[in-house]
Amino acid sequence: MASRRMAVVLRGRRHVLPGFGLSLGFSIFYLGVIVLIPLAALFVWAFQSGVTPFWTAIGTPRVAAALKLSFGMAAIAAVIDSLFGVIVAWVLVRYRFAGKGLLDAVIDLPFALPTVVAGIALSALYAPNGWLGVPLAAHGIRIAYTPWGVLVAMVFIGLPFTVRTLQPVLGDIGRDVEEAAATLGATRLQTIGKVIMPQIMPTILSGAAMAFARALGEYGSVIFIAGNLPAISEIAPLLIVIKLEQYDYTGAAAIGAVMLSAAFLILLALNGLQFWIGKRR
Amino acid sequence: MTRKHLTLPTDDPIWLKLLLGTLAVGFVGLMLILPLALVFQEALSDGLSSAWIAITTPNALAAIHLSLIAAAIAVPLNTIFGISTAWAVAKFDFPGKAILVSLIDLPFSVSPVIAGLAYVLIFGMRGWLGPTLAGFDIQILFALPGIVLATMFVTFPFVARELIPLMTDQGRDEEEAAVSLGASGLMTFVRVTLPNIKWGLLYGVLLCNARALGEFGAVSILSGHIQGRTNTMPLHISLLYENYDFVGAFAVAALLALLALVTLILKSLLEWRYADALAAIHRH
Repeated sequence: MASRRMAVVLRGRRHVLPGFGLSLGFSIFYLGVIVLIPLAALFVWAFQSGVTPFWTAIGTPRVAAALKLSFGMAAIAAVIDSLFGVIVAWVLVRYRFAGKGLLDAVIDLPFALPTVVAGIALSALYAPNGWLGVPLAAHGIRIAYTPWGVLVAMVFIGLPFTVRTLQPVLGDIGRDVEEAAATLGATRLQTIGKVIMPQIMPTILSGAAMAFARALGEYGSVIFIAGNLPAISEIAPLLIVIKLEQYDYTGAAAIGAVMLSAAFLILLALNGLQFWIGKRR
Repeated sequence: MTRKHLTLPTDDPIWLKLLLGTLAVGFVGLMLILPLALVFQEALSDGLSSAWIAITTPNALAAIHLSLIAAAIAVPLNTIFGISTAWAVAKFDFPGKAILVSLIDLPFSVSPVIAGLAYVLIFGMRGWLGPTLAGFDIQILFALPGIVLATMFVTFPFVARELIPLMTDQGRDEEEAAVSLGASGLMTFVRVTLPNIKWGLLYGVLLCNARALGEFGAVSILSGHIQGRTNTMPLHISLLYENYDFVGAFAVAALLALLALVTLILKSLLEWRYADALAAIHRH
C-alpha cells in the first residue's frame, strides 16, 4: 500500500509537462468563486438562525404544496421520459428509415431552445384557444394553467436526457446474446424483455435521474404554461423568486436548500449508478 | 434460397417496428416539433414586416445588445476555465480528481433559480457583501455584472465536460514528446494539443454560447428587469408575452429559435464530419 502510494507520488513528480500548478489552481479558484462559495452561502443562509425557522419556512401550506408539486410532477415526467426515451432510442439505434438523421437531431431541441421560448410556445399550444388546446377542450381536458401543464413542460425538457444516455448503450449491446436467446427458442418479445431490458436498466435509471433533476429545477419553460396558482400549479423555483421579490431571503434560502439537497442526492445516486454500470461491464 | 426477405432472428417483427416507429415519431413530433413550428407561425401571423418591427424596437435592440455582451464575456471565461481544467485533469494525476470532475457538472443538476438565489444572498442589499459594495458604489445586482455572473454559472460546465474525456482519451505522449524535444509549454499547447482538440473545443463553445444567449431563470433574478437597460433577449420575450404582445414576443423568440436551429445544424455537422475526433466525448 505504502509503496504504491510512493509510486504514485514519484510518477507525479516525474511529469515533464508544465502548468500543473497553474491550471489546477485556476480551475479550483474559478470553481470555488463561481459555484461552490455561492452554493455554500445558500446553506448558511437557510440555517443561520437555527433549524426552527427553516422548518417554519418549509412547513407553510403554500411552500409545502409547491415542493410537493415540483417533486411529484418531476417524478412522473421522469417516468414518461424514460418510457419514450427507451422507445425513441431503440428506434434510432436499431431501425433504418428515411428521415432518421432528422429525428436524431431534433431530440436535442430542448437543450438548444431557450427555456423561455419553449415556455411561451407550450403555453400558446395548450391554451384553450391553441392548436392542441381546442381539440383537448372539446374532450373536456384542460392542460394549460393546471398542474398538467407543469407536467407537459417537464416532459419536454427531460426527453433528451433519457434518449441520449440510452443511445450509446443500446448501440454497444452485442447481438450475440440476442442471437443466443433466439437460438434457444425465445420469441423476440421475450428476448427484449428478459435479455435486453435487464442490461439497460441501470442506464434507464441514470437517464431518469437526470431528467428528474432537470425537471425539478426547471423554471423558464414551466411558468408560462403553469398559470402559477398558489398551492395548485405553483412550482418551488417560482416560489423562490416570489420570496426574493418580498425580500424574504431566509424563506427563499430554505426552499433553495431543500432543492439543492435533492440535486446533491441525485448527483450522488448518479455516481453510484455509474459505478454499478462499470462493475457490470 | 431467396435473398429478398432474409430476416435475422435479432430483427424485430414488422408490427413491432411499425408500432415503436410510430410512437417515437409521433411523440417527438407532438412534444418537440409542434412547439417549434408554433413559434414561427405566431411570429409571422401578422406578416414579416410586423415581426421585423418587433425585433427592431429600441427595447428589443437593447436586449439583443445586452445578451450578446453577456455571452461575449461569459463564454470566453468559461472556455479558458474548460481548457485549464481539462489540462490539469487529463495530463496529470492528483488525489481528488474524481471529486473535481463531478463538481464541475454541478451547475447542470442545480436549478438556474438556485444560482440566482445564491448570488442574491451574497451580493443583494440584504446579502453578505451587498451593503459593503454599495458603499464603494459597486453594483452587481440589477446590472451587467449580475447578468454575467448568472450566465457564467449556468454555462460553466459546457467546455470542460467536452474537453475532459477528449483530452483524457488522447493521453499525454504527444505533449511529453514535444516538451522533451525542447518546446515550451505554450508552444506545446498551441502546436500539439490545440490541433487535437479543436473540434471538441468548438463543439463545447457552440453549446455554451447557445445556452448563454438563452438563459432565463438565473438572469431573471439578478437583472432587475429594467426595460432597455437590464433586459436580455429572454427577459424581453417574457415581458412582451406577459403584456399580451404575442406577435412581438414570438418574433424575438423566433430569433432565438433560429439560433437554436443553427446550433443544432452545426452540432450535427460537427458530429457527422468529425465523428472520430469527437468519439471520446460520446463514449462518456
